[in-house]
Amino acid sequence: MLADKDRIFTNLYGFGDWRLKGAQARGAWDNTKGLLEKGKDWVISEMKASGLRGRGGAGFSTGLKWSFMPKPDPARPSYLVVNADESEPGTCKDREIMRNDPHLLVEGCLIASFAMGAHACYVYVRGEYILERERLQAAVDEAYAARLIGKDNIHGYPFDMYVHHGAGAYICGEETALLESLEGKKGMPRLKPPFPANMGLYGCPTTVNNVESIAVAPTILRRGASWFAGFGNPNNAGTKLFCISGHVNKPCNVEEAMSIPFRELIDRHCGGVRGGWDNLMAVIPGGSSVRCVPADQIIDCPMDFDNLSKLKSGLGTAAVIVMDKSTDIVRVIARLSYFYKHESCGQCTPCREGTGWMWRVLSRMAEGRAQRREIDMLLEVSKQIEGHTICALGDAAAWPVQGLITHFRHEIEKRIDDYAANPHSDPVHMAAE
Amino acid sequence: MAVRRLAEQQPASFAFTPDNKAWCDAQIAKYPEGRQASAVIPLLWKAQAQHNYWLPKPAIELVADMLAMPYIRVLEIATFYSMFNLEPVGEHFIQLCGTTPCQLNGAEEIKKVCEKRIGEQRHVSADGKFSWLEVECLGACCNAPMVQINDDYYEDLTPENFAKLLDDLAAGRPVSIGSQTGRRTSEPAGGLTSLTEFYGVDGVSGPGSAPASAAKDAKI
Repeated sequence: MLADKDRIFTNLYGFGDWRLKGAQARGAWDNTKGLLEKGKDWVISEMKASGLRGRGGAGFSTGLKWSFMPKPDPARPSYLVVNADESEPGTCKDREIMRNDPHLLVEGCLIASFAMGAHACYVYVRGEYILERERLQAAVDEAYAARLIGKDNIHGYPFDMYVHHGAGAYICGEETALLESLEGKKGMPRLKPPFPANMGLYGCPTTVNNVESIAVAPTILRRGASWFAGFGNPNNAGTKLFCISGHVNKPCNVEEAMSIPFRELIDRHCGGVRGGWDNLMAVIPGGSSVRCVPADQIIDCPMDFDNLSKLKSGLGTAAVIVMDKSTDIVRVIARLSYFYKHESCGQCTPCREGTGWMWRVLSRMAEGRAQRREIDMLLEVSKQIEGHTICALGDAAAWPVQGLITHFRHEIEKRIDDYAANPHSDPVHMAAE
Repeated sequence: MAVRRLAEQQPASFAFTPDNKAWCDAQIAKYPEGRQASAVIPLLWKAQAQHNYWLPKPAIELVADMLAMPYIRVLEIATFYSMFNLEPVGEHFIQLCGTTPCQLNGAEEIKKVCEKRIGEQRHVSADGKFSWLEVECLGACCNAPMVQINDDYYEDLTPENFAKLLDDLAAGRPVSIGSQTGRRTSEPAGGLTSLTEFYGVDGVSGPGSAPASAAKDAKI
């Protein structure tokens, strides 16, 4: 188990003081100037060597991403944009960072901006996180007052940080949609290329990083890349915040070493699965956008990027949604389909039309009002949505449905046969549209 | 995607209060010269907060004028983002998370309390106190099921404590935001399993524990 001295988020639950004084007592802002004096090349090479993979879901190397930024050009300033639009169902980790340890994020923003030659940073917080936004703003104000950041600060690197917010759109968690929204438009994703590193915010070079990726950077640099790389399996380094929800005895957020086996994670921190391990049915291990995994495959699986993708699922944001045998899995996935229907921005036809179509078919299947041949049709249509849209929301809508059909086709078939024998069922209630 | 239209009954005019106007100017100053359109969401949000949590047409036009944007661009924003309420809402506007993690932990039961107590979604109760809406994941999944009432999150709900919460709000009694079962934030219930070196198993007895009053000051 990860020792407390090796945890990065030492005020994860808010039992300590979130203000500057408390954060400094826990080690934040310690010798930041010394880190910056080692130069941007050192920062980037340390980040690469640490093996940190982006914590927003895609798992791309953070150090490598920082190195893509072009040389500073006075006519086109560089920007760091922090993606705090945490809306992936199951995910609630960035919220704890912003409200309980905001100074880790503020310091990380300074260091990351220094590494990529940016002098301004925008943090895009989801609109619903009102308290979290106020906390973060208060931390930024404290840092300005203590001259830790600002045009003329004690670190000798001019840097401004602004807190921005959205207004309730899941799609703005996609990096180019987030940039559109930050520019004051509807959050509709842009075609890539050009990638944000060349044409991002206001047409200038921009890097978009998740809150957790940025907030862990100062600690990695202080304690050394090899310390961070010492946790987890090769290529899956570090510690990670896991958000465990659903049918466990004690749902919680917790920071653990990567590659911790699923069973150990749940037994140690969540008091086990509700009703015992024999009662486990399936797990969605990385937020709603990844395929679900049946119990027998996940129980002893190490929780990391590579092992979960071998199961055709993914670590995503490490939002672990646990479902026991009382779960109506078809209704659960139907509810997710409704989510994607609701959140589709409407730009690409396969997603705009397909998400609603999948939801309607799945709602019927949840009641049993369907034909067996429609299962294959649903699978086929989901594959027509996947990969045929500008952003990954189409894929994200298709994968849960594909996971359901791959692992729980028998559930759907049973439902259909039962209804054929006795045509009565509870309708699936959904929000009125 | 959802159909969203402006309310039929609109007020004749809208103006920011002097304090809010100054706040808006400070927001606009955050963005580079010529990029003031970036402030559109914060300004619309402020307008909504000033106008009983719903956004009237004159406010949309005012914000467009302030940012030198065409009306249609701001109207697009107001209809695209689901947190802008285009119709009047209750004094206590309940946004109930119904997405999968909350659904697994009993959001359907919470929804029934709303239906019984307030009525249909999107309808303000007769006394004007309440209205409710099922929304998508609010990002407090370790504390499911949960609702957001106006600005605040109320977590770890059961039909009983939620009904009591509504009673207290209706009667104007003070309520505590956050977890309704006594958890501080998203730690495991009944004792910490990590960070005990700093905070003890109960969270409040370790060397790093802040006084309860300091840590619980939810409002800045």
